Amino acid sequence: MRDDYPRSLEILEIEKEAKDLFTVFVKNTLDGFVPGQFVMVWIPSVDEKPFGVSYLEKDRIGITFEVKGKFTKKLAGMKKADIIGIRGPYGIGFPDPDSSTIVIGGGCGVSSLAPLMEKVKKSNSIIGARSKDMLLFRNRFEDAHFTTDDGTFGKKGFVTEILEEKLSALDKVSQVFCCGPEIMMSRVIEICKKHRKKCFISMERYMKCGFGVCGQCMCGDKVVCNEGPVFESKDVEGNPEFNHFAKD
Amino acid sequence: MITIKSDFLGMKLSNPLILASGIMGISVGSMKKIADNGAGAVTIKSISKEERLGHNNPTMFSFGDVFMNAVGYSNPGMIEAKKEFSDIDRIGVPVIGSVIGTKADDFVAVIEELKDIKFDAIEIPLSCPHTPGFGVLAGQGTPEATYRITKAVRKATRLPIIIKLSANAPDLTIVAKAAEKAGADAINMGNTHGPGMRIDIDSGKPILDFKVGGISGPAITPVTVRCVYDIYESIKIPIIGTGGITTGRDAIEMMMAGALGLGVGTGIYYRGFDVFKKIANEMKDWMKKKGHLSLKEIIGVAHEG
Repeated sequence: MRDDYPRSLEILEIEKEAKDLFTVFVKNTLDGFVPGQFVMVWIPSVDEKPFGVSYLEKDRIGITFEVKGKFTKKLAGMKKADIIGIRGPYGIGFPDPDSSTIVIGGGCGVSSLAPLMEKVKKSNSIIGARSKDMLLFRNRFEDAHFTTDDGTFGKKGFVTEILEEKLSALDKVSQVFCCGPEIMMSRVIEICKKHRKKCFISMERYMKCGFGVCGQCMCGDKVVCNEGPVFESKDVEGNPEFNHFAKD
Repeated sequence: MITIKSDFLGMKLSNPLILASGIMGISVGSMKKIADNGAGAVTIKSISKEERLGHNNPTMFSFGDVFMNAVGYSNPGMIEAKKEFSDIDRIGVPVIGSVIGTKADDFVAVIEELKDIKFDAIEIPLSCPHTPGFGVLAGQGTPEATYRITKAVRKATRLPIIIKLSANAPDLTIVAKAAEKAGADAINMGNTHGPGMRIDIDSGKPILDFKVGGISGPAITPVTVRCVYDIYESIKIPIIGTGGITTGRDAIEMMMAGALGLGVGTGIYYRGFDVFKKIANEMKDWMKKKGHLSLKEIIGVAHEG
């Protein structure tokens, strides 16, 4: 019989990663977690929201988040030994990467891809952000390709331009994993289609239950929490809501 | 040839399993998925006059056989709902429109606003245990309020009306009779129970953000069976048994108590979207073993002799 309630854990550490981007570390209690899956993070008496896992270590996990609203502001202000609840893991993660998988993240989308970036060829990670001060994991993945919209770090432009270059250069590429704004993921899907590469994307939707019951996270005919959040591109192509609409 | 086809309020159902309101009833896309997984009919997530944000998360969790929720009737309101449900034909099975209100006039207003949506029946829940202003917390489950609201709704629509009652009512048969007398066409026997509460012992805080919530899941099946059994002999209109049905065995048992329709909601959590197909197959397997050809031979048998 299933049990799906938040397990309380003490915060081990909170680290600032970049402007408005923090990582909270707690003990690793996740059974068989696959990168791309997510957990529900509960702040008692505040709210509970879905997050990817950005550090997957034997003893601890890290969850990297952007301070956007009341919940994330509260989380960023919490201290070591404060209690949060973790429920999950939920959803379908990415397939196993091989060394020739390309991993592309934009903005906070990089966080759920980071455990995969540790497994692929170093130069196969592409990380983008609007600006240098918002760029994640500059030191963690020194040999990755970096892009910023304003050119303050790495190449000026978008992650999709690096992908296009890499695929055109006929490097050995098995597949592409991607997480970021849907407009970016849409473009990545197009590029992969052109170069006939398999592509997997990770979608974000407002979620309540996290386990495929409430229907809150529907994107067209897809239940994102349960049938995703990672989808092979062919399963979202033609979805009228992908890159167009998300329920509040 | 064994059949579990069911004729319910004029709806020709491939089986008596009906998606209960509040679960996966948020959009045409989500209900189509449930229909494709074998439900005989589906019920939309309840719609109110105005938009409602509902309670904060956590709104749902489970401890084994007990599932708890306090969603708080989050819905886009009747104007948006009209757009969302404009193409319900696409779902492919009969669709029941669930309508809520804080007073009788609100139910009527929503029904009138949604009159062009091709619902096959209207369901009126008077039994939610965890939303202030609605259901049990607003006293809508008393015999008097049930009569008054049903009567108002009866005047507002020609569609079959299903009144959804709470197992909490101390005078259940009287409430069911009040609904029938006011013009209801069916009773949906069972909402979530409670409310109940669970506290996280490390933080000392209730887990649900609303602190209390309705209880569903396999644990409540015996109470639903008893409630259906209790009202079966006091009313002539058909009954949907809702609360805990997870397996074919539960379904047969509910029918033996007197249910003609079977609500399935939390069963999706325990067995997946295809819980409908699974239950239907289990029902047929049991009927084959026992030599039954149709559901008529099963409904209400617990009352015989």
